[in-house]
Amino acid sequence: MASKRAVQVLRPTVNGFKASSVNIQRAVKPQITTRNLSTGIVRPRKLTRVPTTQIRRASSAVPTSEGQLGRTGLYELHAKHGAKFVPFGGYEMPVQYSDLSIVDSHNWTREKASLFDVGHMVQHDFSGPGAQAFLERLTPSSLSTLSENHSTLSTLLHPETGGIVDDTVITRLPNSFYVVTNAGCREKDLAYLTEQLDGWRKEHPDQTVEWKVRDNQGLVALQGPLAATVLERVLSEQSAGALKTLYFGQCMPGTIKGTDVEVLISRGGYTGEDGFEISIPPSATEAVTQFLLDSAKDELRLAGLGARDTLRLEAGMCLYGHDLDDTTTPVEAGLSWIIGKDRRAKGGFHGDSIILQQLKKKSEGGGVTRRRVGLTVEGAPAREGAEIVNEAGEKIGNITSGCPSPTMKKNISMGYIKDGSHKSGTEVQVVVRGKKRKATVTKMPFIGSKYFKAPAPEPK
Amino acid sequence: MAARFSVARAARQLTSSATRRQSPFVCQFQRQQVQQRLFTVSAAVREKKYTEDHEWIEAAADGKTFTLGISEYAAHNLGDVVYIELPQVDLEISAGEAIGAVESVKSASDILTPIGGTITEVNSALEEKPGNLNKDPEGESWIAKIAISGEPEGKLMSKEEYTAFTEDA
Repeated sequence: MASKRAVQVLRPTVNGFKASSVNIQRAVKPQITTRNLSTGIVRPRKLTRVPTTQIRRASSAVPTSEGQLGRTGLYELHAKHGAKFVPFGGYEMPVQYSDLSIVDSHNWTREKASLFDVGHMVQHDFSGPGAQAFLERLTPSSLSTLSENHSTLSTLLHPETGGIVDDTVITRLPNSFYVVTNAGCREKDLAYLTEQLDGWRKEHPDQTVEWKVRDNQGLVALQGPLAATVLERVLSEQSAGALKTLYFGQCMPGTIKGTDVEVLISRGGYTGEDGFEISIPPSATEAVTQFLLDSAKDELRLAGLGARDTLRLEAGMCLYGHDLDDTTTPVEAGLSWIIGKDRRAKGGFHGDSIILQQLKKKSEGGGVTRRRVGLTVEGAPAREGAEIVNEAGEKIGNITSGCPSPTMKKNISMGYIKDGSHKSGTEVQVVVRGKKRKATVTKMPFIGSKYFKAPAPEPK
Repeated sequence: MAARFSVARAARQLTSSATRRQSPFVCQFQRQQVQQRLFTVSAAVREKKYTEDHEWIEAAADGKTFTLGISEYAAHNLGDVVYIELPQVDLEISAGEAIGAVESVKSASDILTPIGGTITEVNSALEEKPGNLNKDPEGESWIAKIAISGEPEGKLMSKEEYTAFTEDA
């Protein structure tokens, strides 16, 4: 049974915040540097508006392979705001803060703006003449058509099987690809990328690829309808102006007002709201975060993993390790849209024969046996592990995430269901604590997304 | 999935400290010490006791019916309760069984009983207003009443012991 004891709310096994496989021993040491990269990010020469005590390098540290929990550069700031910490992705991360309950924090994000520390995620840069081709071998994304300062959701794939190693966002910067992967997959991804890069270098010695991980680089997500208003206040006049035409899926370098601190601002996020993810040099992460909070005392609150999970679920977004894993292909996961047009035609990525076959019509031997769907469930919320059954009581799928939706006031879930039962409106049953509950396959996102989109289709 | 504390059922560590129902926030040490001398070990079972799984039980005056609920600590940590599953009246239960569940936004928790017997009454009002469990979990928002068929099992703690237990957690 998917039941947890109350006290485990404080521990890692809570649904949706599971500390993932951080203990996998890495076979090969990947190249990691903590140096900043050629992406326009420079160390601040001066920082005004913040006391010098906050500019010191925070006591951040990445988790070790021995299982030691890491802390982001914002750990102390979280503690000061009454954070309740849980182990997540190898880090001690805030699940909620003392000022708001999870539901209040969720609603606050939908109505105003919230700031999430996502500095536990892994920020990579791939550069060099072979970078694009290398990443196109690993992912089904069409990076050749990805414009500069544009991002795309993608997946790192296993060779042959096309199973998802991790989901990721890839951004084309002027001189590199900026790639953000999940904290929970840190060790696995680093081992995978090391192995893949070794193979690439042997096969393509002329097409060099440089890979760097921005260790301790800060990353915060500013999400909610007031996110843009809040962010403008802490940016230089020029950056604030540029923000007005920064659309969903785009990024820009920005300068923090009154300082030389440069950040990378990407418009998008994990809540379905308008918002930004802001990558900040380690030395300025705490100061910039504090500056944001101080500049919007009435509008902005810190939010933790608890609200992040319910928000992303309402937005129909996957959490790796739950809704996606090594055995899931992008087609099964309902992520066929990330597979680029030219990639469908030519393939050339890991698992292409399986994935391209799955994309074909059923009459041509294509299709998949299971699909990721959304469900609304009556009565008790159906959480990870609950079985989906049909009229006859036969198992036809399982739930991978679920919660009571604070916005819809209904129980929502995500899961995998047998092909054929996946159409929205299909009535099924979900077994929670031995009892069958009525459930209906429901289109995702459960609530409409509110992205700040470009007024007209953009010329490529 | 059934990650749950293993109850040390073998060890019936019934301690002799006993307190009357009291404010959940204040430790009434002096009173406790006085009462400790007045009760025998078996009588202590009748006083409000807490389990390591964060339920409480309290005997009615007849000593045969117990009221069961979840602790203030549990209710607080669960956060906003959105759904409660109560047992059927007349259901026969054994100590250590899950007799229902509490769902909050972040988690689902079984309600475990440390005593066996028969369910005589459930707090149906909670089905209509599950959020009330957050307001008065150790009073109005009790979960079920149980006619006992044996002695409680597992470790039971007094208010003070339980408070210390949750502070260590």
